[in-house]
Amino acid sequence: MTAGTLTSTPRSRPERRPLMAFVRRNRRAFSALLIFLVLLAIFTILNPKVFTNAITYRAIFLSLPISLFVVVPMVFIVASGEIDLSFPATVGITSWVFSAAVRSGWEPFAALVPALLLGMLIGVVVGSLVTYVGLSSLVATLGMNFLLRGIINMGTEGVAIQFPQMRSTTLWQVFAGRIDGFPIIDDFPIHMIWGVLFVALGWVLFNRHKFGTQVQIVGDNPDSATEMGINVFRVKIAAYVFMGIGATLAGVLSVLVNQNWWPTTGDGLLLPTLAAVFVGGTPTWGGIGTVVGSSIGAFIIAFIETGIIAAGLTGYVTQFFNGLVIIVSLIGHRFNGPRYR
Amino acid sequence: MSSRLVELKNITKSFGNVNAVNDVSMVINKAEIVGLIGDNGAGKSTLIKILSGVYSPDSGEIFIRDRKIEGRWTVAKAHEAGIETVHQDRALAVQHTIARNIFMGREITGRLGLIRVKKQYEEAERLMREIGFTSKVFTPDSVVATLSGGERQGVAIARALYFEAELLILDEPTTALSLTETQKVYNFMLAAKEKGSSVLFISHNIYHAYDIADRFVILDRGTVVMQADKSEIESAERLVQHMKDFARAGHRAPG
Repeated sequence: MTAGTLTSTPRSRPERRPLMAFVRRNRRAFSALLIFLVLLAIFTILNPKVFTNAITYRAIFLSLPISLFVVVPMVFIVASGEIDLSFPATVGITSWVFSAAVRSGWEPFAALVPALLLGMLIGVVVGSLVTYVGLSSLVATLGMNFLLRGIINMGTEGVAIQFPQMRSTTLWQVFAGRIDGFPIIDDFPIHMIWGVLFVALGWVLFNRHKFGTQVQIVGDNPDSATEMGINVFRVKIAAYVFMGIGATLAGVLSVLVNQNWWPTTGDGLLLPTLAAVFVGGTPTWGGIGTVVGSSIGAFIIAFIETGIIAAGLTGYVTQFFNGLVIIVSLIGHRFNGPRYR
Repeated sequence: MSSRLVELKNITKSFGNVNAVNDVSMVINKAEIVGLIGDNGAGKSTLIKILSGVYSPDSGEIFIRDRKIEGRWTVAKAHEAGIETVHQDRALAVQHTIARNIFMGREITGRLGLIRVKKQYEEAERLMREIGFTSKVFTPDSVVATLSGGERQGVAIARALYFEAELLILDEPTTALSLTETQKVYNFMLAAKEKGSSVLFISHNIYHAYDIADRFVILDRGTVVMQADKSEIESAERLVQHMKDFARAGHRAPG
């Protein structure tokens, strides 16, 4: 990049080379990838032994899918021009329903159903508060997060639910099992595959489906969307319902992986998820976003936490490093293409 | 077969205490160009938003080809009836491509609601050629934010063209346009009429409106104060004089 291309007027040129056109269209995802590669290089130089060892990545892949299930819908929410701070409690309350059902003898697959229904219902409620009632999504979802977590606390009085027998269930084997003899990474966590499939589904919905397209248009300009006959409220509520589904899957997966449900399940997801979405290149102002970029963002955030320890640094530097990566990557995205609004 | 395409009967719409449109009745015939004129705050844009389905009227009736519209009047129903609107703000999502903007809300979808991206691209390309996007700089994948005002207007018009408007509504189509661009928009309106479509447009420039319209509807404070064929008004100056008279009469007897 020369200074000339940065200062020239942002007229789009028809691209003769298809590869360059592809990179240009997906520049936000590519810059997220670049950030990841730089981090990888730094960590590998600091501790080559650890970061060329597959076990390090298996550790990351154990927890990463849980955040992918909330990062992908969050891209939709942010692109629609809203925010959701209530999903950690949704993760907690839906996985509580799942755990309680399994505890009382439900087949785990069947227990998924009420959990998913509750997640979708919460999406409808939160979405309606933001649209029909007209509350600010920042404040309304903050309130919902306290409210739902409060219900969990009142209902359980802090008592966790343990599942020592979880590994023997079919649901665990399908959703959270391991694959023996997987290339490079032995004992590969099967939920990483589900996570990647979820990202692929999110990409198709966001970029190739009516739903994702309308989410972006509504976030770009709700007045234009209304004038062209898009039901803005319905599209936004649908995005919150998608978030409810993702949060439920994240919660259930967390219970399966940990073989335990805590009243705090989901709490720790809030800030890393938001960081992942923005580090990955989805801008805060709505209208556009990148599912793949933000998923790489989730990888970056998970990678930092594991990487810091593995690189031999103390855990005390994690937050500092997280903050540094967030700021630097936002600066990177800022200069990577013009902002139109 | 009647020549009436759209008829409004006793349409009223208020926002809080403000009667934006009050008991308006008007007809738009097939293949005619109607100029909707009036001062700021006369209710022109509100009336157009009612016609295009963005607002549902508080009371009154809408007839399309002599058939009364039942139930809530929406943008989707207006689209179905062949009413296409170029809104004053162009109704664009500027961070998105030309193709995506043309098909906004009416994406061409195949199975499972998946968008036929290639088809949309090709159709957008054809439309851009048709309305004379002479600049080779732009493709259907160009982002709307990089377009000039006239080019953005072109995208909004391309949309109306694709969906083959029977009634084309343009709200202030020529504000912020250069002279050549203005002429292009007028040519487009005339071409639409030639093809048998009707056009309803708002203009602040009465001289322009006089040149192109077959009929005039003058709004003042939410009511229709005059409907006249061009043959009944001998010159643009006369039209301006009418408007001034109505404004003065209104000041004398407010309400």
